[in-house]
Amino acid sequence: MLFYYAKTGEGMNNEIAVKLTGITKRFGTVTANSGVTMDVRRGEVLALLGENGSGKTTLMNMLSGIYFPDEGEIEINGKKASIRSPKDAFELGIGMIHQHFKLVDVFTAAENVVLGLPGGMLLNLREAKEKIRSICEKYGFETDPDKKVYSMSVSEKQTLEIIKVLYRGADILILDEPTAVLTPQETERLFSVIRNMRADGKSIIIITHKLHEVMEISDRVAILRRGEYITTLETKDADEKTLAEAMVGEKLALNIDRPQPKGVVKRLSVKDLSCVSADGVPTLSSVSFDAFGGEILGIAGISGCGQKELLESIAGLQKTEPGSSIIYSPDGGEDEELVGKSPREIRALGVALSFVPEDRLGMGLVGSMGMTDNMMLKSYGEGSPVFLHKKEPQDLAESVREDLGVVTPSLATPVRRLSGGNVQKVLVGREIAEAPSVLMTAYAVRGLDINTSYAIYDLLNEQKKKGVAVIYVGEDIDVLLELCDRILVLCGGRVSGIVDARSATKEEIGLYMTKVGGPNA
Amino acid sequence: MNSLISWIHSSIIYGTVIMFGALGEIMTEKSGHLNLGVPGLMYLGGFAGFASAFVYERSTDNPNTLLLILIPLLCAFLAAMLGGLLYSFLTVTLRANQNVTGLALTSLGVGIGTFGSARLLSVTGSQSYSVASATSAVYTANINSVANLGAFGQIFLSYGFLTYAAVLLAVLLHLFLMHTRRGLNLRAVGENPGTADAAGINVTLYKYIATCFGGGICGIGGFYYIIEYSSGKWSSQNSLEAVGWLAVALVIFSTWKPKNAIWASYLFALLFWMATNLPTLTGIRIASSVTELLKMTPYIVTILVLIIASTRKKIENRGPASLGLSYFREER
Ligand SMILES: Nc1ncnc2c1ncn2[C@@H]1O[C@H](COP(=O)(O)OP(=O)(O)OP(=O)(O)O)[C@@H](O)[C@H]1O
Ligand SMILES: [Mg+2]
Repeated sequence: MLFYYAKTGEGMNNEIAVKLTGITKRFGTVTANSGVTMDVRRGEVLALLGENGSGKTTLMNMLSGIYFPDEGEIEINGKKASIRSPKDAFELGIGMIHQHFKLVDVFTAAENVVLGLPGGMLLNLREAKEKIRSICEKYGFETDPDKKVYSMSVSEKQTLEIIKVLYRGADILILDEPTAVLTPQETERLFSVIRNMRADGKSIIIITHKLHEVMEISDRVAILRRGEYITTLETKDADEKTLAEAMVGEKLALNIDRPQPKGVVKRLSVKDLSCVSADGVPTLSSVSFDAFGGEILGIAGISGCGQKELLESIAGLQKTEPGSSIIYSPDGGEDEELVGKSPREIRALGVALSFVPEDRLGMGLVGSMGMTDNMMLKSYGEGSPVFLHKKEPQDLAESVREDLGVVTPSLATPVRRLSGGNVQKVLVGREIAEAPSVLMTAYAVRGLDINTSYAIYDLLNEQKKKGVAVIYVGEDIDVLLELCDRILVLCGGRVSGIVDARSATKEEIGLYMTKVGGPNA
Repeated sequence: MNSLISWIHSSIIYGTVIMFGALGEIMTEKSGHLNLGVPGLMYLGGFAGFASAFVYERSTDNPNTLLLILIPLLCAFLAAMLGGLLYSFLTVTLRANQNVTGLALTSLGVGIGTFGSARLLSVTGSQSYSVASATSAVYTANINSVANLGAFGQIFLSYGFLTYAAVLLAVLLHLFLMHTRRGLNLRAVGENPGTADAAGINVTLYKYIATCFGGGICGIGGFYYIIEYSSGKWSSQNSLEAVGWLAVALVIFSTWKPKNAIWASYLFALLFWMATNLPTLTGIRIASSVTELLKMTPYIVTILVLIIASTRKKIENRGPASLGLSYFREER
């Protein structure tokens, strides 16, 4: 008996929930996965790490029944499984939360949860709502079962996706970049839910590009490189540097270069900028600051505190309140008032905005068009009035592809076929390549792998050295502190403080973010 | 007074034809497929229903009432369903362009109907039409013709049973879509097939069934047109095609909701017949060219409704989000 206990006791942690052997998947000429052999244990959190386009999503989609492997075998709980549809996956207890949400917008939360489930002919949502509530209680989150998805925030949608999977009683959970669009606080909450699930004996596979999250949440890390499985490391034996190197396959220096600003000139002077949302709620109140050519100005703040409105006002996409003023001082030209100008006029003056939206695919790119055509979208007003010139956009596309290492079979491949991160490289690359004199980027590294994130930081630094005024909105305070020269902190639509990034601390910024005036208030 | 009643009377019958077509198309569109073959499907159903009734009536001296009802109804449904099946094979399985396929289906249905009617007319030796009088009598039997109940009877009780069946069908479809599991699944397929698929719903099967069933309903509409509106006459010239297009417009007008299709289709018919009835009713004479212009009213109203619906921005009143898009799991 004792022997038996000892055996199961030990076996608990090492029992294999998922075993992949020699998995290969091709899309036409692209090999997304080749000969992947790895396993996931029961009651563990496994992080799946790899560069953009390394085949993480594809591999997981084969577990959830979206794709079927061309070669190889899958074993679930020690039994050979053939997962031909998402339904097969549910029956095996596999649930996946996709990189791009799979929710029906016009349905309520409860309707989305019961979607596709077997059961009586009539729809009895009362029971479902009960069960949703008890799941929420058990794992500690909040949701309103009657809320329509289209009126939910990203994190509410995320929560709903998790409830959906738990409702179906999944034992193996796959989360594809769940934190890419969450604020640090929301991420913390998600992680405590994940820990609860692990304690419950479930296996969790999580994909994320943020190495500190990998360190924080995972037990083991599996690494993919260009579709091939490299190795699995114990998280406790690894650190961010070794992980990044294993992922990229070469030595990396993980620090952001910060050249001293040179030849600083005032480019933008924002005075008393105020905005009101469509429902009459003030989103920005009397924001004033200056931005200089040759420096990177960071903007920090919790989500919804007005960063978006601020950038959009400068780009001419927001209606501003009377009294607001944004003066732009170009090189060797007259000062220009940007308030009241159209987005096109502002763009023509050399003020560029690249905004990576939360749903990433929703804005700025046409999914069915290739890279070249997407480059052309922004410059449609220039060149010959009748015929399209493909040469320039093609060169531009080629340089973005090279600079950022976009993984795509050709410049004409529809961008929606690219991996999530690669889609985004196209979006950001296009703005940077336009050689503006004020460059605003928001969430530029959302969903980008480490290597590419650093490539983006380098590009921004290059722009800074050229004398461009760079405004960088980001979520990661550590990065803001390393990359920027000054950081403007917003809190509830007000300027809470402007600090020197070389001397400020993370805690200081955290205080400014939650209270106007921060530590001095 | 009498001309008002007759306007309402004819509008309810005409509206019922539109309602069948619209209900069929709503079911199809709920699966994310825009089938512009409604006029063709109505032709197919109308012709198959009529021809089967015609053949049955000629084959026996004392036809059985139940068979008189069942044979043409089934034939109408099945013929149009086959049309729907062809459409779904092309658009779901082969992922052909939905608009082109639908338009081709309209041509095909109208062509088959015209071809068949030439055959029928050669049987009867008539120049312009053939009749299925026994079937029409069964289908148009109503309370009002037995006991004359005045204006009330004329407006509400003077129709064959299919007229009431259409309303019942609309209610049932509403209940199906809004209150059953399968209805929820079907709506999800039309809204977001990728999500439905990931939720374990057999997207292809739902699309096939919805399209075939929807086609069948359109076919019954066509049959109803022949048997009640044209009093059982199949003529070489008929305006079934025009009703078919009205039905397609009505789907938008009723914001893809079967329960709205009930009143909306009667309203459409009233507007459509306004041109012919208003002059007699008001005593104003209008030129025939203006009459034709007035017949545009339903379409103009549809455009207005589209404009209003789009400015109100109520997401629930929009069509299925994936309407017109083919779905392939591995494509993204
Ligand atoms: N449905 C598809 N059709 C064609 N190519 C595809 C398809 N899905 C994936 N690919 C290709 O397969 C490769 C791997 O993509 P995948 O989405 O799995 O990457 P990923 O590791 O999830 O990247 P990211 O971190 O950017 O999300 C990419 O080059 C992508 O372009
Ligand atoms: Mg991915």
